[in-house]
Amino acid sequence: MKYMSEYRDPELAKKYLEEIKNTVSRPWSIMEVCGGQTHSLVKNGIIEMLPDKVTMIHGPGCPVCVTPLNLIDKAVYLAVEKGVILCSFGDMLRVPGSQKSLLEAKAEGADVRILYSPLEAVKIAEDNPHKEVVFFAVGFETTAPANALSVVHAHRRGVKNYSILASHVLVPPAIKAVIDDEESKIDGFLAAGHVCTIMGNTEYHPLSAAYKVPIVVTGFEPLDVLQGILMVIRQLEQSKSEVENQYARIVREEGNPDAQKVIDEVFEVRNQMWRGIGEIPESGYAVREKYADFDATKKYNVTIEEAPENPDCISGQIMKGIKKPFECSQFGKTCKPTNPLGAPMVSSEGACAAYYHFSGLVEA
Amino acid sequence: MCLAIPGKIKSIEIQYGGMVRMAKVSFGGITKEASLEMLPDADVDDYVLVHVGVAISKVNEEEAQKTFKYLEEIGELGELEDVDEYLPKSE
Amino acid sequence: MSENKKIRMQLQCPMPKLDFDVITLGHGSGGVLTNKLLDSGVFDLLSNDILDERHDGAFLELHGKTAFSTDSFLVSPIFFPGGNIGELAVNGTVNDLAMCGANPKYLSLSFIIEEGLPVKEFWDILVAVKFACQKAGVQIVTGDTKVVEKGKGDKIFVNTSGVGPIHPKAKISAKNIAVGDKIIISGNVASHGMAIMSVREGLEFDSEIQSDTTNLNHTILSLIEQFGENIHLLTDPTRGGVATVLKEIAQSSEIGIDLFQKDFPMDEQVASACELLGLDPLYVANEGLFLAFVSESEADSVLATLHEDENGKNARIIGTVVAEHPKQVIMESAIGGKRVISMLPGEQLPRIC
Repeated sequence: MKYMSEYRDPELAKKYLEEIKNTVSRPWSIMEVCGGQTHSLVKNGIIEMLPDKVTMIHGPGCPVCVTPLNLIDKAVYLAVEKGVILCSFGDMLRVPGSQKSLLEAKAEGADVRILYSPLEAVKIAEDNPHKEVVFFAVGFETTAPANALSVVHAHRRGVKNYSILASHVLVPPAIKAVIDDEESKIDGFLAAGHVCTIMGNTEYHPLSAAYKVPIVVTGFEPLDVLQGILMVIRQLEQSKSEVENQYARIVREEGNPDAQKVIDEVFEVRNQMWRGIGEIPESGYAVREKYADFDATKKYNVTIEEAPENPDCISGQIMKGIKKPFECSQFGKTCKPTNPLGAPMVSSEGACAAYYHFSGLVEA
Repeated sequence: MCLAIPGKIKSIEIQYGGMVRMAKVSFGGITKEASLEMLPDADVDDYVLVHVGVAISKVNEEEAQKTFKYLEEIGELGELEDVDEYLPKSE
Repeated sequence: MSENKKIRMQLQCPMPKLDFDVITLGHGSGGVLTNKLLDSGVFDLLSNDILDERHDGAFLELHGKTAFSTDSFLVSPIFFPGGNIGELAVNGTVNDLAMCGANPKYLSLSFIIEEGLPVKEFWDILVAVKFACQKAGVQIVTGDTKVVEKGKGDKIFVNTSGVGPIHPKAKISAKNIAVGDKIIISGNVASHGMAIMSVREGLEFDSEIQSDTTNLNHTILSLIEQFGENIHLLTDPTRGGVATVLKEIAQSSEIGIDLFQKDFPMDEQVASACELLGLDPLYVANEGLFLAFVSESEADSVLATLHEDENGKNARIIGTVVAEHPKQVIMESAIGGKRVISMLPGEQLPRIC
């Protein structure tokens, strides 16, 4: 596929790796913020090919993983108790709530559907006028315009039986929270290319300047990730801390203003709970009052008691790069992808799940 | 996160009484509909990045070459002809 | 015209006099309606000497070592590009027997039908069954039909069981796998799973992706005839895909497997569909595909023979059995990195992340 397969060239990948080896003079820890990049690192076996001096730390960049337990419980409640048609992205369905996952709710008879796009959910609402349809709208800034657009479409088309259960998380405040943690020792960041496609790079300049860390906006193919790593290391070796754009074929400095407009039309920034990390100020989106009719939290006014996170889970420290998954006493023992105790074991892109698979610990 | 892949716009259709601009986008031999509301100036034959059914960015063809030339630019690859073999063949 | 098409044409038989449109609970009651459905439908179409006896069971003559296999089939949609649940059910059991090194001979065929299934669809499934049997050279010799209430099934479930004598030259056993064995894949991966997924996800293909469902028995038996005990293990990577099957073998046989991603044959459209939905083709189901563990010395000859066969023209060597890392499957990625292949914790779902 054009603009994908070219970025998987093995020969050029080798040259990039050589260049990384030649450039690095002392140990550096680099966090790839985005789960998609973690996926690429693991799937392509890049982690193992990097020189020992380069340590990749898998960040909190999987919106599925960090979706609060309480919201999953709410989604399950809406599907099971309120009988709504509950739609979401495939990877959200497996995430365990405090009692059960949406997939388990589906197995028990709830109408839970996997969709490729939130726009399809509006169509389902139109086709089922006597049912309520709720889209469990998770995601980072990348997904926010599509989720917002579904609300705008429903509003314009007069679809009254559609609402979204929004769980949106924002990347820059999370990076800030990670750097602010005294224990974390991250030297540079690969910022999430697709998030920046929407929001642009402007939010990263003050971060990079204030904390003196290089931030390189990076894509997802093997060559993208390797180039991003090289760019961070070059900056570190030269004691620079700038924002660079490795992914300029997709990301513009100003982002996508039309997408930002749609987000701003439907959402406003609020404090947000991150599973495993806790509340991060101004790190999420809530549906604006203007669209309250499309906000499932208001429409159904569900209150479900906060279930406690598993106390044995050290996912917060893992997502901040303070500890490695195998330093957790539960890793691979009580905590497995089939029975995750915490966020990073949940999705295949979570840091713990990535390590679990990579280490080959997966037995029947 | 945020699985998004580039595809080529094959055709554009106005739906819902002029409210929504939808495109048929081709990804290496498969076609899927995507909303163009975030890219008002995208046109047929443009390559766009699609995420969950919405086109969110137009591919900048010139910038797309830079990853293949970066090593040369930072002065490590040396010979110019080395670069050419990594450049994608034009379609 | 291809052989497949010819047989299909011969089978364009008109629907018999079934004077009802949908199948109801009564058709499974064992009474008049059941007889009507079976007489004018199943028996007539699938007629052979053994089935025509219409006894409770089939009288078979079997000699020597015999393979026996069973499988149930549920697929949604029941009609998909490249086939339907009928031929899937026949090919599935035929292939399972072939993987044992057996020559499939006799099959049983059981339906669990959800009431409301249009008779036309049932007929189309039966025609596909007949077509698949003819191609594979097997007979349906016994069977059963039950009807369940609306909502208690998903249109139609099919079970087939089958028997067949083991080829005298066959020595198929995981115990025979040796270090150095080459792993051959008979064709493109992920076609069946993505053909099904494309219908579910509303993907349009420039040229249609077809399920690869087909019978592999003729291909397999001619390999065994030619290469005998040099073929150590045969397996079809259906549910769970190539990755899951190989991981299972590595684990149970305590061998190490090295795979090379760049050698995996895959249709470009199928690859694109996987990218779009965020699915790993290694875990996508296949139907008309098999994996063979063969002696290193014969691997190239096996491959050359396969390339002459309709079912093996895209065959490739994708991996090697190694002494290092027992129980582990390690794949070298296209860019040369290594990754451990594990089993999926559950069903593979389209992802956004």
